[in-house]
Amino acid sequence: MDGDGIEHILVRFPQHDRGFLIPILQEVQEHYGFLDPERVDEVAAFTGASASEVFGVASFYAQFRFTRPGRHQVKVCLGTACHVRGGTRILVLLQRQLKIKDGETTPGGAFSLERVACFGCCALAPVVVVDKDVHGRITSTKARNLLRRYGGS
Amino acid sequence: MTVSLAEQRAQAVAQRDAEARNGRTQVLVGAATCGQAAGALGTMAAFEAAQANRGLALTVRKAGCFGPCYLEPLVLVRKPGAPAVLYGNVRQHAVHGIVERWIQGDDPCADLAVGVLDEAFGGAAGARLDGIPPLSAHPMLGGPRLVLRNCGLIDPADFGHYLARDGYVGFERALRLAPQDVIDAVRVAGLRGRGGAGFPTATKWQICRDQPPGPRYLICNADEGDPGAFMNRSLIEGDPHALLEGMLIAGYALGVAQGLIYIRAEYPLAVRRLKAAIEQLREAGLLGPRIQGSDFSFELQIREGAGAFVCGEETALIASIEGERGMPRPKPPFPAVAGLWGRPTIINNVETLATVPLVLRVGGEAYAAFGSERSKGTKTFALAGKVKHTGLIEVPLGTSLRRIVFDVGGGILDDRAVKAVQTGGPSGGCVPASLLDTPVDYEALVSAGTIMGSGGLIVMDEDSCMVDVAQFFLSFTEKESCGKCPPCRVGTKQMLTILERITAGQGRLDDLERLEAIAVTVQTGSLCGLGQSAPSPVLTTLRYFRDEYLAHIVEHRCPAGVCPALVTYEVNDLCNGCSLCARMCPVDAITGERGKPYVIDDKACIRCGACADACNYDAIVVH
Repeated sequence: MDGDGIEHILVRFPQHDRGFLIPILQEVQEHYGFLDPERVDEVAAFTGASASEVFGVASFYAQFRFTRPGRHQVKVCLGTACHVRGGTRILVLLQRQLKIKDGETTPGGAFSLERVACFGCCALAPVVVVDKDVHGRITSTKARNLLRRYGGS
Repeated sequence: MTVSLAEQRAQAVAQRDAEARNGRTQVLVGAATCGQAAGALGTMAAFEAAQANRGLALTVRKAGCFGPCYLEPLVLVRKPGAPAVLYGNVRQHAVHGIVERWIQGDDPCADLAVGVLDEAFGGAAGARLDGIPPLSAHPMLGGPRLVLRNCGLIDPADFGHYLARDGYVGFERALRLAPQDVIDAVRVAGLRGRGGAGFPTATKWQICRDQPPGPRYLICNADEGDPGAFMNRSLIEGDPHALLEGMLIAGYALGVAQGLIYIRAEYPLAVRRLKAAIEQLREAGLLGPRIQGSDFSFELQIREGAGAFVCGEETALIASIEGERGMPRPKPPFPAVAGLWGRPTIINNVETLATVPLVLRVGGEAYAAFGSERSKGTKTFALAGKVKHTGLIEVPLGTSLRRIVFDVGGGILDDRAVKAVQTGGPSGGCVPASLLDTPVDYEALVSAGTIMGSGGLIVMDEDSCMVDVAQFFLSFTEKESCGKCPPCRVGTKQMLTILERITAGQGRLDDLERLEAIAVTVQTGSLCGLGQSAPSPVLTTLRYFRDEYLAHIVEHRCPAGVCPALVTYEVNDLCNGCSLCARMCPVDAITGERGKPYVIDDKACIRCGACADACNYDAIVVH
């Protein structure tokens, strides 16, 4: 899908309306996985802001990425309940297993690892979300086996 | 041509009653995000497979969360001619038993049952089954269920289910009243903001109502950013129309034609439920111009938050909707006077708005009968941490923390000792065990050094290090500080640096005074609630758990055995050499020979605790 324009997204929004900047960026990222500089330029032109303003807004919010994520996104919850029930250990285990730090992507592009402040599944802490699947009550053993389901070793 | 609301409701009731008599067993699987994390989708698939393979007359639907998340997946089975039963821990393999023994047989599976749906949950009067207690006897489900009354009981994707349970009756009543009378009903109810600060809702509404005519906005703040809080997620996933009805009533009372729901993008299921519910409203003729033949016109939009905790603050939230960096603005002017696009704007929390239909339906006085003198009504809490019953609860305001932890919550896991209860997330504090008789009441919690907050309630036991907890919250607020006010931007960073030093065993005695001094600067020198309250977790732990700070600083010891730099892992003589720990260790720091005690290399050990989690013989000790 790379390389094609983002008109198909822009047509659904009014032009030069700053109030739709964040929704547009969200749709662009949803479609392409991340925000690359050319697409940011297009969004800037469409909304009537400068590219630096758009970058300024996008970089403020944790949701926006500027590099391509892995094919599977592993998100470790580090909310309060997950913290007191050992979420940090799970993060450390996954870091070791994937040999990357949070915020990074494995060299082959298979997995990226993120920490998230809270998914709101505190009652089933600790929680790990892979792509759209929520996994609760994660133990060290479960964390080890988790990545295998997504083609990891 | 729109059909009147009353007619639509009559149809919904007729359909519900017809479904109850169609001879099919209805299976409602609790498939909110929490249920899914526990495997609810697998459970649902197993029921569907049983239906296909055995040719059963089943109707399998998704519901929201009943509340006792620790028992998830939860399944409600309504078998024709029998009382409805709620089952807990229904993983895929348990489905077979329920199908064979209860749906096809006559053994109600008391071993899996949580309770029989009694009158309190809309079940038949006197509904009982041998060996199964009534559902309202469950400690988490015994209180009045006002806000959560539909959660778990209805299919949140089915508009008819909501309508049939007196849905939009509150809105109908509101339309027959003058807008000012609606505000007065909310005033009589004593409703205060459920987002945490507890500002009287009617007072806020009145300020907006009294502004000169012109466009104005209503925003629902569903940016539930406090880590450890999931009340809004659960409510929206389980009963989205309760919120939408509240917004319609508020819109009518305030003279607002445009409502927005600002919701976290981290809650994809809640977003989907809301979008579907808004479409249903439109089809039912409850959105758009001149609703139900009245002069009231209303539109609703969803805006997904992009992941910034500070956007829970009203003015930062407004900046975010305007397409800016989510940085707060000075108040006054308050948003009720000049908010979104400079126009009068009311921002209410999800629970506040979802309570409004109830106030209109039962009347302000009846609602105010619940709760305490200064804090009326009920409040939902997300009960989590080291407590036996985790999940979503609703209790009358004024209930003591002790009752919440030990009765509703069933006490501490493994019957250990409670150390503290944390409320209010990163803006709140830790209430020590000695103050557990504090009622959950806006003012009482403030005197204890914390706040009501939006409802996150995390229970900590003796294995929780209070310095580590303070550091956890500070690292959160330091990361989430928007950077506008230097006292918050720099102060949280400096406080975090000191806390990191203390948990690393390198703290100095004067660090405690320094922490307190910086805390005052951050509190008084910050524009918004994030900075003003960021020091609270540090200040309350310093106030109640100073000895733990001192143990880290003076004795270089973490009494709870949490802070990695201050603990060592060792194998004791209970080890039988099974090698499990060595296989679990992510850094291969454990070596040994099968059948003989293993040894941990302290230099290589990263203190992740995987060995202790894995060991079946209590042979790993933490010093």
